Amino acid sequence: MASVTLENVNKRFGTTRVIEDVSLEIGDGEFVVFVGPSGCGKSTLLRLIAGLESITHGDLMIDDQRVNNLTPPERGIGMVFQSYALYPHMTVHDNIAFGLKLAKSDKQTMEERVSQTAKILQLDNLLDRLPKALSGGQRQRVAIGRAMAREPKILLFDEPLSNLDASLRVQTRNEIAHLHERLGSTMIYVTHDQVEAMTLADRIVVLNEGHVEQVGSPRALYEQPASRFVAGFIGSPRMNFLSVTGRTAGEAGCQISIPGLGDQVLPRRMENDDESLTLGVRPEHLIPAAATGESGFKILNVEYLGSEAYLYLQVPDGEALVCRTEAPCPFTRGGRVTLTFDAHRAHLFDRDGHALPMIAAPDTQPAPAQATTS
Amino acid sequence: MTLRRLQAILLKIGFWLLVGVLMLYAIFPFYYAVVTSLKPSSELFEVSYWVDSVDLSNYAAVLSQPAFLAAIRNSVVVAISVVAIALLLGLTAAWALGRVRFRGRTTVMILVLGVSMFPQVAVLSGLFEVIRTLDLYNSPGGLILSYTIFTLPFTVWILTTFMRQLPDELEEAAIVDGASPWVTLTKVFMPLLWPAMATTGLLAFIAAWNEFLFALTFTLTDSERTVPVAIALISGGSQYELPWGPIMAASVIVTVPLVILVVIFQRRIVSGLTAGAVKG
Amino acid sequence: MTAREQQGAPPDNGRHAASGDGSVRLDAPPRRERGTRVRRRRVRAAWLFLTPMLIVLAAVAGWPLMRTFWFSLTDASLSSLEGAQFIGLENYLVFDEGWYGIMADPLWWQSVWNTLYFALVSVSLEAVLGVIVALVLNAHFRGRTLVRAAMLIPWAIPTVVSAKIWAWMLNDQFGIINHLLMGLGLIAAPLSWTADASLSMWAVIMVDVWKATPFVALLVLAALQMLPGDCYEAAKVDGISPVKVFFRVTLPLITPALLVAVIFRALDALRVFDVIYVLTSNASSTMTMSIYARQQLVEFQDVGYGSAASTLLFMIIALVTVIYLYLGRRQLGGES
Ligand SMILES: Nc1ncnc2c1ncn2[C@@H]1O[C@H](COP(=O)(O)OP(=O)(O)O)[C@@H](O)[C@H]1O
Ligand SMILES: [Mg+2]
Repeated sequence: MASVTLENVNKRFGTTRVIEDVSLEIGDGEFVVFVGPSGCGKSTLLRLIAGLESITHGDLMIDDQRVNNLTPPERGIGMVFQSYALYPHMTVHDNIAFGLKLAKSDKQTMEERVSQTAKILQLDNLLDRLPKALSGGQRQRVAIGRAMAREPKILLFDEPLSNLDASLRVQTRNEIAHLHERLGSTMIYVTHDQVEAMTLADRIVVLNEGHVEQVGSPRALYEQPASRFVAGFIGSPRMNFLSVTGRTAGEAGCQISIPGLGDQVLPRRMENDDESLTLGVRPEHLIPAAATGESGFKILNVEYLGSEAYLYLQVPDGEALVCRTEAPCPFTRGGRVTLTFDAHRAHLFDRDGHALPMIAAPDTQPAPAQATTS
Repeated sequence: MTLRRLQAILLKIGFWLLVGVLMLYAIFPFYYAVVTSLKPSSELFEVSYWVDSVDLSNYAAVLSQPAFLAAIRNSVVVAISVVAIALLLGLTAAWALGRVRFRGRTTVMILVLGVSMFPQVAVLSGLFEVIRTLDLYNSPGGLILSYTIFTLPFTVWILTTFMRQLPDELEEAAIVDGASPWVTLTKVFMPLLWPAMATTGLLAFIAAWNEFLFALTFTLTDSERTVPVAIALISGGSQYELPWGPIMAASVIVTVPLVILVVIFQRRIVSGLTAGAVKG
Repeated sequence: MTAREQQGAPPDNGRHAASGDGSVRLDAPPRRERGTRVRRRRVRAAWLFLTPMLIVLAAVAGWPLMRTFWFSLTDASLSSLEGAQFIGLENYLVFDEGWYGIMADPLWWQSVWNTLYFALVSVSLEAVLGVIVALVLNAHFRGRTLVRAAMLIPWAIPTVVSAKIWAWMLNDQFGIINHLLMGLGLIAAPLSWTADASLSMWAVIMVDVWKATPFVALLVLAALQMLPGDCYEAAKVDGISPVKVFFRVTLPLITPALLVAVIFRALDALRVFDVIYVLTSNASSTMTMSIYARQQLVEFQDVGYGSAASTLLFMIIALVTVIYLYLGRRQLGGES
């Protein structure tokens, strides 16, 4: 098992910088997920760690040894590819054994290793099959088995579930989590799907245009996004964003006036007065209440999901607000609601998208701030 | 309505007529060679469109000639060796050209394409000297060497095309498994390229089997000739009395294997020809 | 560096700080590296894998070509290649009380003309016929595979054999073609196709067209099968006549493939040797550049002179190739 350290790792393809100054420490046995929109450089970063791409600048260490110049097998990594990339002409057995054969393992350990791997992944009965005679999920498991067989210190996954259908994806996701528990090896996992990231990761690395936006546990990322990008990327439906102006309000934090929600003080520290800020509130932190007359927000749509419902609310200028509520709910399309939210669960971002730091600890639960509607 | 139907029927008849004419055009010459070869020499000079009675005397005459048998043997040896060499060198070169990005790759590709385009006559004197220096004149070795000039480039070209179609991740998987380029090529790619290699090998075989200019120039004695030269040089008592019966019999003998191969492997041949040409 | 660690993993600082002990050697090389080791190994392997092919091509193509160029500047003869003397451009053209050399040889110019004529006519016919055959093979009908296999037969038959077969069919006394034409009353007396100077070129073209049309047809067929079906549906719905559809839709779309086929055929036709050698031997009415060069080289044993002819042929073909590559690139550039 091994730790992985990246120090100011850069990757250029020609003149385009695809990875910019990424520094990371991945602990022994950790499950780390790289997540980010498509094209942000997740795969490239993974391939840099694997040794399939060269590092333009910076250092990559595995267990404190600089490995920039080592080949993938020398680095002790195993990799599961998006397309599985099984050897089509080899049986499941030979697919799994190929790496062992090349590592010149003796026949007995090889067979042991193969059958052990097959058992863990429930491939015992499929060892003589060719990949084309397997289902998608089975191929996926063979790909994992092939990556595992040489007992690599680090297992790398590049969007391994993207070729599976939805139900199989959930199942395989659980199997991978279970596998991590069982093997205890360091795993790095790339996905563009934040749900996968949230459910699997010990820690998530959010990438954006080649740099790291934030590193943290799923909960930390969800509750304390460091930037507007992370706040918008993690969580579904997306966090609501509203443009507001902020004024310092002494020790209490920052007073903002919100179009449609009135004035409110948030426990966030701000540097400059009168700054234009972005307020972020997650749908589940907006509490709707039936409104009378023309006050509040107009309901554009109600999405009923059984246990919960989402209200889409009209905002004078900008994207509709999304608001979660228990179902069944009394709200109907065309009606109006007023909104309140917990000031401790709202986020403020400055002009550059950085989150304003929290003043008080979030676990003290003050009464919900009452927002007066205009 | 009926006019429409009539028109459709006429169109159909016209189409089938066209198909018939094309078939006749494609097949008839060979068919006629077979017919001629099965006639005794006495009937040779009466034109007839089918065989009345099978007479194998022409075949007997051809096959009893040691020179013709030697020619067949030489052709087989040369063609098979050329195919083996072209596939071996072509496969490694195709891996390099199809799967590795490196400085000078385009130059090599253009070089290979250039060689496949240039006229055989242009190297005749230089190659003659090379072959004589290597002491390969009038031997199958000289032909095997010289035939690589036209088989190797298109073998490389076609195999490169097929090699490019294999997914990148497959090769990366092999790299992660610790495979060297040689192992990747022989253990992973080669098994997947068998169809392409069969196609290419077949095309190379046909090209080598049919070659004439080098075989004519670089061999001297009957025992070293290949089939095309042997057939071209069959002569009778005088220039105006060619023994057409035996010539046709020999033609049929050397062509039938090719025709069978082509009919069996037509799909592969078509894919090979288009892969070699369209990607130019 | 924008990473803001909000909740750090257990950073094993003690262990991490100790880096350097086991990795001194690896830290030494310059920071900027050209590719991973895998990549460098692959590039090295690529050159290694190319080497045998390059050596063979150099031995059978590069070096001989250079030697041919050299011989063309000497008085080499087949029996004394080693004793060749440099004579400059005398093989090409020299003034010695009158012009001598290839450029002054009317037979050479005739063979140039014959080659161009042969290439132009036969390739044009093959293109037209090839498109027709491809259209037929592209239609859906029973037995299409069989017809396609039949079309491949002329292509597979060795050129020498097809030349012999046609020579027999074109035989002036007993040939089936004359028999047929006389039976149909088209000609009164048998024609001597291969011997008559005015007919022999056509005989040669006939054989070449027969043999090479399948190649063109197959390439065009491949292009036809890649055409999208919906524009035909649209045309059918709009009631446009099939002929119009062919010229407006199909032909423009298959032109690239047809051009490729035509250039391949043209290069073949420009270096044509075996059909003509077998059908009409060294007759001047069908003499092509290849025939001319080989005759000088082998039959007259004049390696210097023959090499000069070979060199000229090479240059003509190189010129055609360069023009083709240039046009091809222009076309590719225009497409994207
Ligand atoms: N071999 C390459 N050459 C040039 N650009 C590349 C190469 N590989 C990836 N890129 C570019 O790098 C960026 C990141 O790619 P990638 O890491 O595959 O993104 P993703 O996060 O979707 O996995 C993309 O813009 C892509 O176009
Ligand atoms: Mg990716």
